Amino acid sequence: MKKIQSIAEVHDGFDNKAFTPLELAQEYLGRIHASQLNAFLTVSEEKAIFQAKKATAELMKWGRVPREAQPLFGIPFGLKDNLVTQGLRTTCGSRILENYVPPYSATVVERVEKAGAVILGKLNMDEFAMGSSNENSAFGPVQHPTHPGYVPGGSSGGSASAVAAGLCVAALGSDTGGSIRLPASFCGVTGVKPTYGRVSRYGLVAFASSLDQIGPLTNSVRDSATVLDVISGADPMDSTSIQGVSEKYVAGLSAPMDWSKVRIGIPKEYFVSGVQAEVAASMQDAIKWFEKQGAQCVSVTLPHTSYAVSVYYVVAVSEASSNLARFDGVRFGVRPEGLSSSQGDLLSFYKQVRTRFGDEVKRRILLGTFALSSGYSDQYYQKACQVRRLIQQDFTAAFEKVDFILGPVAPTTAFKLGEKSQDPLQMYLNDIFTIPANLAGLPALSVPCGKDSAGLPIGLHLAGRLYSDSELIRIADAFERRA
Amino acid sequence: MQSEFEAVIGLEVHCQLSTRSKIFCACPARMTEGQSVADITPNLNTCPVCTGQPGALPVLNKKVVEYAVLAGLATHCEIQMHSVFSRKNYFYPDLPKGYQISQYDLPVCGKGWLEIPGGSAPKRIGITRIHLEEDAGKNVHEVGYSAVNLNRAGVPLIEIVSEPEMFSAEEAGAYLRTLHSLVVTLGICDGNMQEGNFRCDANVSVRKRGATALGTRAEIKNVNSFRFIEKAIEYEIQRQIQVVVSGGQVVQETRGYDSDKNVTLSQRSKEEAHDYRYFPDPDLLPLRLTPEWVEKLRGALPELPDQKRARYSEQYKLSSQDAGTLSNSKSLSDFFERTIALFPAGDLSAPAKAIVNFLTGELTRLSSEASVELAQSKVTPRHLADLVQVSLSGVISSSGAKQVLISVWNSGAPVDSVIEKEGLKQVSDVGALEPIVQKIIDSNPSQAAELKAGKEKLMSFFVGQAMKASGGKANPALVSQIVKKLLA
Repeated sequence: MKKIQSIAEVHDGFDNKAFTPLELAQEYLGRIHASQLNAFLTVSEEKAIFQAKKATAELMKWGRVPREAQPLFGIPFGLKDNLVTQGLRTTCGSRILENYVPPYSATVVERVEKAGAVILGKLNMDEFAMGSSNENSAFGPVQHPTHPGYVPGGSSGGSASAVAAGLCVAALGSDTGGSIRLPASFCGVTGVKPTYGRVSRYGLVAFASSLDQIGPLTNSVRDSATVLDVISGADPMDSTSIQGVSEKYVAGLSAPMDWSKVRIGIPKEYFVSGVQAEVAASMQDAIKWFEKQGAQCVSVTLPHTSYAVSVYYVVAVSEASSNLARFDGVRFGVRPEGLSSSQGDLLSFYKQVRTRFGDEVKRRILLGTFALSSGYSDQYYQKACQVRRLIQQDFTAAFEKVDFILGPVAPTTAFKLGEKSQDPLQMYLNDIFTIPANLAGLPALSVPCGKDSAGLPIGLHLAGRLYSDSELIRIADAFERRA
Repeated sequence: MQSEFEAVIGLEVHCQLSTRSKIFCACPARMTEGQSVADITPNLNTCPVCTGQPGALPVLNKKVVEYAVLAGLATHCEIQMHSVFSRKNYFYPDLPKGYQISQYDLPVCGKGWLEIPGGSAPKRIGITRIHLEEDAGKNVHEVGYSAVNLNRAGVPLIEIVSEPEMFSAEEAGAYLRTLHSLVVTLGICDGNMQEGNFRCDANVSVRKRGATALGTRAEIKNVNSFRFIEKAIEYEIQRQIQVVVSGGQVVQETRGYDSDKNVTLSQRSKEEAHDYRYFPDPDLLPLRLTPEWVEKLRGALPELPDQKRARYSEQYKLSSQDAGTLSNSKSLSDFFERTIALFPAGDLSAPAKAIVNFLTGELTRLSSEASVELAQSKVTPRHLADLVQVSLSGVISSSGAKQVLISVWNSGAPVDSVIEKEGLKQVSDVGALEPIVQKIIDSNPSQAAELKAGKEKLMSFFVGQAMKASGGKANPALVSQIVKKLLA
């Protein structure tokens, strides 16, 4: 079977009886088993076969894919392993949840299943989504889909690599500081981080609750729109989900673009030294293309950009230190064998449980605990929250002049495994262009934009105003379909 | 020597709100009447949210906010249109998320006050704040292991923090009783202290009389009866005075109360105090209220105990003590209201007084002896009204009335049939009583002579004898009239 690129191709294949949902699921499961990428942590073979059989029977009955009622009908689908799945192990890439089988499913999981998706399994990730290279998974790094020895980006590295390598047609990831967009960029797929609150976080194991947002990784912008139509919208289980009727993303794609009304901002802070020359050149090509369509590309300034990484690493780790407190060995997390809290003191018990976290997670819990502690909170956590507001104001001001902000997703293309893993600060800088969108809650995405001389994909980063997800997807779709 | 010192007490009351569901999920917050969520099968009353499953999120129960605002309105607090939920981070096995969702710098209710009965006049005690939070679960310690029961986790609480404005254990007790009756009257708390519906921590310090600065305080945690709280505070005051008098310094610490030994014991010093690392919970939006909504709640407030007390004094001419006792107990005042309503309009001061006497005397005794709530007993307002009527009109004596009440308590039979059956009708027939009285005078000539000579005290002797001779049925007022007439 040839590599399928899109949801539409799958549905056409079903309609034309080229293959059944069951045959397709079996094909993908076979690929997963044969794959060396380490993209899947858990393969839900039984569940997938069950769902695919059901879809096959339905297709026999109706003769045609029920695209309206089930936009993901029969689609081989992957879930990042921080989305809880009832009865299916959810590890968050951590030893501490190695055997955790959730009693409930995330809202997004229920929604994609209801939309007909065939869940193939759970995708590898940096432990608790903390990382930019997927090297922080307790279950080993994910390989780059086309360049062995290179990282796929993180933390949704399993999702990006699996989609790019044809191990699933679409996947969900989560993005706290770029964790969808960076791996999408490194692996050459589309990744969307919606406006904060657009997609329910209920059932997403929290890393940094005020920044986390679930989004799709797919082979095309259109497919991301299809997935977003399914997963977005108010959820009574998430107080931070945006109330009201959700936009229709796929429907928005058919309207013609009026380029004369499109204004694109190029932040001068994003075009600085340190950006790989080929990446910078690729951005210039993209700008030229937009200008050629009739869009206005103007320089804007986001003066607090240089503080974004620092602010992020205070806010995110502070929230994380609290979010991860529950993995204490009492209910969640492993209880060291032969050790009960009645033997020895509580501290030594706690120490033994918490050492099961990887180094990066420990580092962030310690940093966050410090940043929130009495006497330091005002200098760190509270100060970071203040600067976060300044960064938000930068965007508010910029969006008075422009509709979108364009830049590279990351300063470089994918790097080699181990290249940056010993230097956390160097690693954190990968997220320098993606973090501001999380701090401001903005919708942002990565769309493929060429390759460097080594053949590694380059990602174009587009961000829009709050709630402008639909417009953002429209211009990304237009860009993607450029000749 | 002790008069050199004064105690300063501030109280923190945790009050479980009696909403149907928990504060952040749909699990029941209370079971059927008289059953606590803690009583059912452990961990049955839970869901992903209140067990803190990874990925689960809190959603605020609107009713909980309503109850907290009612508490704030009834204690004259400034209701905050904007308040924030924060995470209080600490480790304890009964705390499933590793943090408690509470309110920190922006609570739902700001400053207010509560009026408590005082020696000569009511006294106002300042309230610092009222905030919302979730209850934790319970640790159950068995031999060799401990278990965690999360049935209670997520039950809504309000914490009502007073100013340090009470100066004795009695005042603290009066504050707690008043507050307790208030939240029960509001219908926002079941008020069962044994089940932990209403829990109190007391901050106690002492200082030289006349000093303005507060002394170092000790916090007495989780005492679950009014009497024990008063005893614990009293003990703690004396302990601190002893420490200061003997040249020592009071240490800031948390102390527990051992009710068997009546002592407080150190549990945790300040050095071991937690750093709770409070920060706004990013999973919950700031809580925003509108003045219209708050005013609507204000309009729906029931009559509050202090308003009730004033009305009882005014309408029924009850003494301030009687009015206070009634209004501070929802069960007593409810029973009172239902009983007095059975009397025709007019001057009701006499029946009111009689009802209060039965309620606070015999009925309270019977109820506590049998451990049966008045409302659940066989005695109805109709019984009490009938009993008051026959007592006031002299049909039965006061001792007869007690007998009737006991009998009604046990059987629930109508008052008149009890009087009939037990032959308690008072003899008010002069013709029947005169021969009895004459016989007593004849057999006690010296006492008769002394009474006639003016030793009025002896009248009770003759009345007593007549009661004895009549088997308790003689109308004592009539007996004394007859004695006077026969000796005249």
